[in-house]
Parts: sequence; C-alpha cells; structure tokens
Amino acid sequence: MDVLPKWAEVVLIPLISLALSFLISAIVIIAIGENPLSALQIMVDGALGSTYGWGYTLYYTTNFIFTGLAVSVAFHAKMFNIGGEGQALLGGLGVAVICLAFEWPHWSLALIAASFGAMIFGAFWALIPAYLQATRGSHIVITTIMFNFIAASVLNYLLVNVLRPEGSMDPATRKFSEAAHLPTLHEMFSIIGIPFSKAAPVNISFLIAIVACILVWLLIWHTRLGYEIRTFGHSEEAAQYAGISTTKIILTSMIISGGLAGLMAINNVMGEAERLVMNAAEGAGFIGIAVALMGRSHPVGVFLAALLFGFLYQGGAELALWTSIPRDLIIVIQALVILFTGALDNLVRIPLEKIFVSFQKKVD
Amino acid sequence: MTQTQPIIELDSIYKSFGSVRANKNISLKINSGTIHGIVGENGAGKSTLMSILYGFYKADKGTIKISDQKVLIADSQSAIAHGIGMVFQHFKLVENFTVLENIVLGAENGNLIAPSLKSARETLKNLATEYELNVDPDSLIENISVGMQQRVEILKALYRKAKILILDEPTGVLTPAEAEHLFRILKNLKNEGKTIILITHKLKEIMSVTDTVSVMRQGEMTATVKTVDTNPEQLAELMVGRKVLLQIEKKAPIIGSSALYCRNLNYTDEKGVHRLKDINFNVSQGEILGIAGVAGNGQSELLEVLAGIKKAEGEITVNSNNISLNSRTSNPLTRRHLGVSHVPEDRQKLGLVMDFYAWENMALGYHYKDQYRSNKFFMDNTQLKLETEQRIKNFDIRPNDGDLAAKSFSGGNQQKIVLAREIEQNPNILIVGQPTRGVDIGAIEFIHRRIIQLRDAGKAVILVSVELDEILSLSDRILVMFDGKIMGEKIAATTDERELGLLMAGIG
Repeated sequence: MDVLPKWAEVVLIPLISLALSFLISAIVIIAIGENPLSALQIMVDGALGSTYGWGYTLYYTTNFIFTGLAVSVAFHAKMFNIGGEGQALLGGLGVAVICLAFEWPHWSLALIAASFGAMIFGAFWALIPAYLQATRGSHIVITTIMFNFIAASVLNYLLVNVLRPEGSMDPATRKFSEAAHLPTLHEMFSIIGIPFSKAAPVNISFLIAIVACILVWLLIWHTRLGYEIRTFGHSEEAAQYAGISTTKIILTSMIISGGLAGLMAINNVMGEAERLVMNAAEGAGFIGIAVALMGRSHPVGVFLAALLFGFLYQGGAELALWTSIPRDLIIVIQALVILFTGALDNLVRIPLEKIFVSFQKKVD
Repeated sequence: MTQTQPIIELDSIYKSFGSVRANKNISLKINSGTIHGIVGENGAGKSTLMSILYGFYKADKGTIKISDQKVLIADSQSAIAHGIGMVFQHFKLVENFTVLENIVLGAENGNLIAPSLKSARETLKNLATEYELNVDPDSLIENISVGMQQRVEILKALYRKAKILILDEPTGVLTPAEAEHLFRILKNLKNEGKTIILITHKLKEIMSVTDTVSVMRQGEMTATVKTVDTNPEQLAELMVGRKVLLQIEKKAPIIGSSALYCRNLNYTDEKGVHRLKDINFNVSQGEILGIAGVAGNGQSELLEVLAGIKKAEGEITVNSNNISLNSRTSNPLTRRHLGVSHVPEDRQKLGLVMDFYAWENMALGYHYKDQYRSNKFFMDNTQLKLETEQRIKNFDIRPNDGDLAAKSFSGGNQQKIVLAREIEQNPNILIVGQPTRGVDIGAIEFIHRRIIQLRDAGKAVILVSVELDEILSLSDRILVMFDGKIMGEKIAATTDERELGLLMAGIG
C-alpha cells in the first residue's frame, strides 16, 4: 500500500517543496540586503496586480504550458526530452516559413497552417534524437542537449544569411504581414466589452494551450497509444511482453513531444514578435522541464506549474525593475524549485511519510 | 543426539515496517544440536525474523539469548561473533574469485593474504572430510555448479566458527540429488553438535530432515511442534488457517489434435551463449505438457521464444499456422491473435505494470482488441473496469478492488490478476511459467485447479516449473530440460521424482 494518500502526493509535496524553495530564496534576498516581503509584494503587484501584469504572466504561462506538456508526454514514455528549447526554436522557423511564404487571407487560416508548420518542424527536430535512441541506443538526454545547440546554430545561420531582409542589420526575418496577426486577449475581450491591457502580448495561443492540455490528457489516459506509452514508460519489459513495439513508442512519443514544444512558436513568434528573431524561445524549453517535474507530468499540474512560472517570470522582471535584486534571482528560484521538486523529492517525502504513519498508528 | 538446553531463545520479538507488523510477539526456543524448520507463506515474517537474528534488522521489542546469554545483535559482524552463520537464497559470492578466496574474504587475519589462505586451506581440508563438504578450493566460483556454490556458502559460515547455521530456502536451485546431498551434510553437521535453522516452504523437506518445526502466519508464530508428531496436511492447515488440498485431483486427459508443434528450435542469446539446442516437441489440445529442469537450463528462454518475445531459429506450428521464429510476424501480438496466452515467469517485471491499476493491467497485451475501444479514438475504460470487477469475482482476487495498483496486491493475488487476464481471453494454448512461485498455499490450490479446468475444456497447456511436485501433479506428459536440450520425455503417471531427477542432472 502507498503510505501517502493521493492528495498528499499530488498537492502537499509540491506545495511544501515550493515553500522550501521560497524560504531559501528569501534568505538569498536578505543576503542581498533587500526585504523579501516587499520583494514578494512587488512580484505579486507586477505579475497579478493589473491586466498588463496578467497579460504578461499568461503570455509566459502559454509558452511554459506547451514546453511543459512536451516534456510530460516524453516523460510518460520515460524519455527525458531536454531538447524542448531547440524544438521550440525550430518550431519558430516553421511558423516563419508558413507566415512569410504565403499571403494569408485571414488570421485563422494562417494560425492553422502555422500550427502545423510549428509542430512538423519541432517534431522533426525531436525525431532525429528519437531515431538514434531507438535504433542506435544513443542516449536521448545527450542527443537532445546537443540538438539544442545545433538548432541555435542553424537558426543563427539562416537568420543572418538567408532570412534577413536586404539591407537590414538585424538578424531577424521581416515582419509577418498584417493578415497573420493573431488576436490578442485585449482584442478578444474588447468584443465582449471587458477592458484588458493593450500592451500585453497574451493572445489566442493561450486558449490553444488549454486545448492542448485537454488533448494531452485524453491522449495519455484514454487512448490506446497513451496506454502503450505509459506501459512502456513504467516497464519496458512489460511493454515487450504485451507486444508493444519499443521503436514505435520512442518515435511517436518524441514526435508528439517535439510537436508540442514546436507549437509554442505560435505564441512567441506569431503572437508576440510577429517575426522570427534570434533566441526566440528564451529558455522556455528548459523551464518546461521544471514545469513537467513540478506538475507531475499531468496536464492539470502542468497548467498550474506553468502559471506559477509565468508569475515568477513576470514578477521577476518587475523585481529587477524596481529593486536592486537582479533578474537572475528568478533563475535561482527556478533552480531551487527544480531542485526541491525533482532532485530532492525524498527530502520532503520521507518526513511526510513518517508523519502520516505515526498519525495512522494513533488512529489504529 | 544430545537434547541439551536451548542455544537460541527468542522472547516476545516485535518488528513493524511502517504500519505493517512483520513480527508479532514471537517467542521461540531452539535446542542445541537439532535441525529446526520454519515454515510459513510468503510475507508470514520468516525472513524478517531471521534477519533480526542475523543483525540486518533491529527488533522493536523483545530479547535474544544465545547459550543463555542475553545478546544485542547490531549487525552481521556481531551475529558472526555470536556463532551465527547464514546461507542466503541468493548466494553472496564473488564470481571471479576462487573458492578459497571467497571463504577467506572478510575474515583475513592481517594485511597479507597468503598466510590466511594457507591456514584456510588446512581448515577447509578438515571440514571437507568431517562433513562431506568436498569442494576444490582453487576453482573459480563461476565455474562450479550451484550446488557447489551453496557448499561454499556453508563452508564460509563454518570457517567463521558458526555454531548456528541458518539456511533460507536452500533447495530452490538444486536438483533432487543435490538436495539429498545437502540434507546429508546438514545431518552430519547436526551430529557434530551444530544447530541448524531451515527456512523452507517445501513441507516434504521439513518432514524428512527436521527435528522440530515452527509455523508462522501473518507475523505470528502459530505453532512449534516436534516433527514426528505432525504431518504435512496439519502443517499446511496451520500455515493457511484452513484445510487445504495438497494433492490435486484430475481426470484422465482427452487428447485432441496438435495445438502447438515446435521444430528445430535453436536460440543463442546476446552474449553468444547457445541457450536452446534443437528443441522439438508437440503439445495437443486437452493436455498439459510439463517442462521440468533445474532453473537456468533454458526453460525461461524457451517460454519467451514460444511467446514471441525473443526471436530464434526454427519454426512452430500453432493451430496449423506456420510461424518462422525469426520472422517479423513472430511477436507477442500475433501469438495472441492465434489464441496463445502467456503467463510469464516474472509477473512483476513482465506480466504486470506494477504502478498500473488492476483494471489497467487487465488490458495488458490485449489493449489492441476492439472490445476495449469505445470508438475510433478512445479506449473503453468503463468496459475494462466492468470486466475487471467480474474477473476479481471469478478468481477470488483480494482485496476485491480493481482501483488498486498492482503493487498493492500480494504475490498470490498478483498472479491471479495475470491468470485471470490470460485465462479469461479463452486461449487455445496457455503458456505458463512458474505459476505458483512466491504464491501462498491457499492460492496454489486455486491456480492449479484453474489450469486443470482449462485443460479439461480441451485447451493445450505448456507448464514450466522448477517445482517437481507441481510438474508431477499437474502434467500429463513431462519433458526434462538440461543445458538447453530436452533430455527425455516421460509420462507423468508412470514416472517419479528419482527418474526425473536423473534427467535434470543430465544423466540418462
């Protein structure tokens, strides 16, 4: 029997881990010479205190949902996809190609086509390491990390030498046409008369991210493929016994994972920048790992964790603006969250289990 | 035989792991110079108790006395210092060391090895003549038989001057002849005044070698009796808590047409070892074909090849479909399409996903079937849960809750989950490996009855087991494997343990 009830497993442990990482962050802030409580105040105000703050928080959240889901799907097949960053960069290339190559009559058509472009490019970038893993046994962690660097170099080359408009000094594509502009939350809300900050980049991709959460949930727990992925992830031997093809699962799970990571580009490239710039993913691929770990690879958890990291990102930017606390502190907090929720899971779990056992004994 | 005062006295030992009470109020006296058996089902607390005695665990409460002295056994070093030696089920030997080096390992006197080895060689010679414990001291462990390795373990304990020897399931890996030799050694040791504690689940062994026997059930010691005053039926009843049928009854088989025909099967593993050599056999509808042999003689590989998990050379014919064993179509899925069900030897690794719910496990291997799909895209989890509920009833799986993870069930009930899944698919051929390994006596009876029911319904069963009793009581025909070859074929009704034992040892 499991010692911990399910609610403690999925709610209590992440929350305690989070509290611990915040506590240590507070100590760091004190060491810098600032007041952690007022820092928290600034973060909350900056990230959640206005529709502008919310707009940025949800924009980041959208990125992290996609990359978090990407890592989660691979994780269910016990594939550790560290390559979300590179796949998201390639996804951006897919979006750019689609948006620049055609004159789109309407944004909705552009969005559908760009989504496919993003997913296909992202999936392709995940497929190569997956193929190497399945047929040659090259470890996916190593290859996906390497593919992040390759992706950055490829984009660098393409932006400087191929996609850069004539005469521009900026290594970026030209701006996408007006028809490919995605409705922002401001535009969508103004239809129904709700005021929302015009400057915030959050756009319709946020809704697509929520749909993606639902689809991933259905895929993993309600389809045959999901069943096979989970079986393989829990026990490779049981999967073999059940006649599930190892190669097929490694390839499909990584294709889906890469596709989700690539899909992030409809938010940052198509929705926000409206052109492809260097380093467009801005580390969201790596944060996806933390999001998946903290969200226990479940879409609901991923959504909540992405929201938390969205808050940290936006709040951290505000913090850097108003205090002497550098923006890098957010990376410290993220690192602490990863450390506590991922690596030091037992630090919280074992004492908690002891508490539950002694409590149960009293009940007996 | 001198019935002197007790050498070991355990008084009210308690031990809990979390909320599980592994040992409850256990008191036991064992007289010096006797062989004492401890029997009980899996999880009854035998191993915990012995681990406390050997210093692996610390008891929550209770005292241990050795030779009337109250002792504190904090670790295995102090257990050895008190004259306790243990022979584990899985040997703890360094494979590429010689016998002599293994025996000295950890008991060297001084930093130089040579003098220790020299004195050990002397001691070993004396022990060998005294107890019939003959082993070549200069052989490498990896080159000697399992029975020999076990003798090395016993010698290790004796070299460390053990007065009390604990053996945990010692005959699991031995041929019947090797087991007999072991019991002779144990009797010699007893006659020299050593005390032996024998942990086993084989009641026959208890009856033949022990002087006294204790029965454990659910962490408690339910009885300690003189062996001459009891019988296997009574011991089984004490272990399970109700009457059990030890000998299964079955009708004469009604043999039908050929169900599975296997020709020229050869298998070489990844390391290049030729594991299966020219295997040919046939199994018919309505018959149970038993495959006997000491563990590690190719039975496991044979099972996996037959089930399609491993590729091999050769061909099988299943219900008049020819399958080349190295073709793409030789895989578990196509086997299941042909009505071949497989209960694997290692249910926890292969047969179940331990973290999955029982109902999720009910689809393992059959998840492709249309009956588990609600539409083009989705699996029909409701249907699966309903079916699981029915099977839990049919197979008396406890606790009767399909929403529990497989790992929350006991070994016997895990096996019932696998059997329920495979048998309820109504297979033409059931391939089953070690159906009752680690399964308690109560469930063994049930599992055996289900297998015979399947055969009486006109299905073919291929049964692999290292338990000779199981093979003898279930099978209609028996193949004996040794070193990857089939050594011989016997009719179950007209053969016996001795005859099979010789074949298992490669003689005949």
